[in-house]
Amino acid sequence: MSASQTVGPFFKIGLEHLHRADLTFPGLRGTAITIRGQILDGDLKPVPDAMLELWQADADGNFSENKCEAQGSDPSKFTGFARIPTDDEGRCEFRTIMPGKVAGADGSTQAPHIAVFIFMRGLLKPLYTRIYFAGEAANDVDPVLNLAPAERRASLLAIKESQGESFVWDVKLQGSDETVFFEW
Amino acid sequence: MNDPRPYRKFAAGTQPEYSHPSYVSTIKRAPTKPLVLLPHTKTETMGPVFGHSLVTARDSDLTAQHEGEPLGERIIVSGRVLDEDGRPVREALVEVWQANAAGRYLHKADQHGAPLDPNFSGCGRVITDADGRYRFVTIKPGAYPWGNHHNGWRPQHIHFSLLGAGLLSRLVTQMYFPGDPLLEFDPIFNSIADEKARGRLVSRFDWETTQPNHALGYRFDIVLRGREQTPVER
Repeated sequence: MSASQTVGPFFKIGLEHLHRADLTFPGLRGTAITIRGQILDGDLKPVPDAMLELWQADADGNFSENKCEAQGSDPSKFTGFARIPTDDEGRCEFRTIMPGKVAGADGSTQAPHIAVFIFMRGLLKPLYTRIYFAGEAANDVDPVLNLAPAERRASLLAIKESQGESFVWDVKLQGSDETVFFEW
Repeated sequence: MNDPRPYRKFAAGTQPEYSHPSYVSTIKRAPTKPLVLLPHTKTETMGPVFGHSLVTARDSDLTAQHEGEPLGERIIVSGRVLDEDGRPVREALVEVWQANAAGRYLHKADQHGAPLDPNFSGCGRVITDADGRYRFVTIKPGAYPWGNHHNGWRPQHIHFSLLGAGLLSRLVTQMYFPGDPLLEFDPIFNSIADEKARGRLVSRFDWETTQPNHALGYRFDIVLRGREQTPVER
């Protein structure tokens, strides 16, 4: 297959037409949630030029086959896909619905999760990780989450804030709290 | 994209490693702990799909997005998007972005002293047809300096992003031009260990798509990650 190369520092001009910070719309079934995060490099400095791509199931745990359409087209179809840039402080925020549990291999069940690709200058190929939700009972038996070393597993968990349906999920690219990334 | 089969492993040397210190930005951004091997579940074997409302005719002709014509050498870049078994990837979203003929991006962070071109934005997108074909009209991007190392210059290139054949076929790459003397000095291009794999990122000049008195043609085929032969999950 063709080799990966970095998105470089200027990807925004080509990719921002698919920026979507809110996947919800009136009538969408499920619990609306907000996830906020910050991406930090090996010096714990914020990464202002990163982009996330998210992919998730709907509230019933099904992946959509609805097509992503241009901004302003009929928004009342859940696609499960979003592209989010980080801001000057390396932060990003998006609104979506809590995904349902998804079927895993061999009859197993995956806990609610969001797949994340991370792109930036300095990454010759994207990083792949997943957002799980702290406190979710199904996490204990999730076939992917439990592949991560126990002492690093918390890096995959979004933590619920005291107010509302809001979660915090940070990414550390390096260091003792380095986020678990998957070889995909 | 509903194909339940897992993806194949990457062939050795055909993809860059995260850590590549001669590309200095990798030093503080590449992961340092072992990656966890991912089983390909439904989350990964499916993926987003894209509708035609995302692309207009203007999006595939980067020379026709403004009142006047951009400066530079007009070129036609075309090719096919295939999987590793040689099958066309239909309905893939192909997005491109590039510098103008002077080597300057229309981006606030680009500090290169070369001029902007009021008639060139440098971005485009298309959706592949039933044969996996795509085609862009654009201008040849200029080389430009970067601060990675002393007297560093990026070879002329066009950034490509591909989506639509399942999540883990996601690819972002760069298309280079044949005979560019800067290729051998470029740490990003040379992050790919396998010489043939590097070569596949260099487009070739193409008489067939060259148009008399109008534009030179360059051909760039892109191969996306293929699938295993048998499903592991139902």
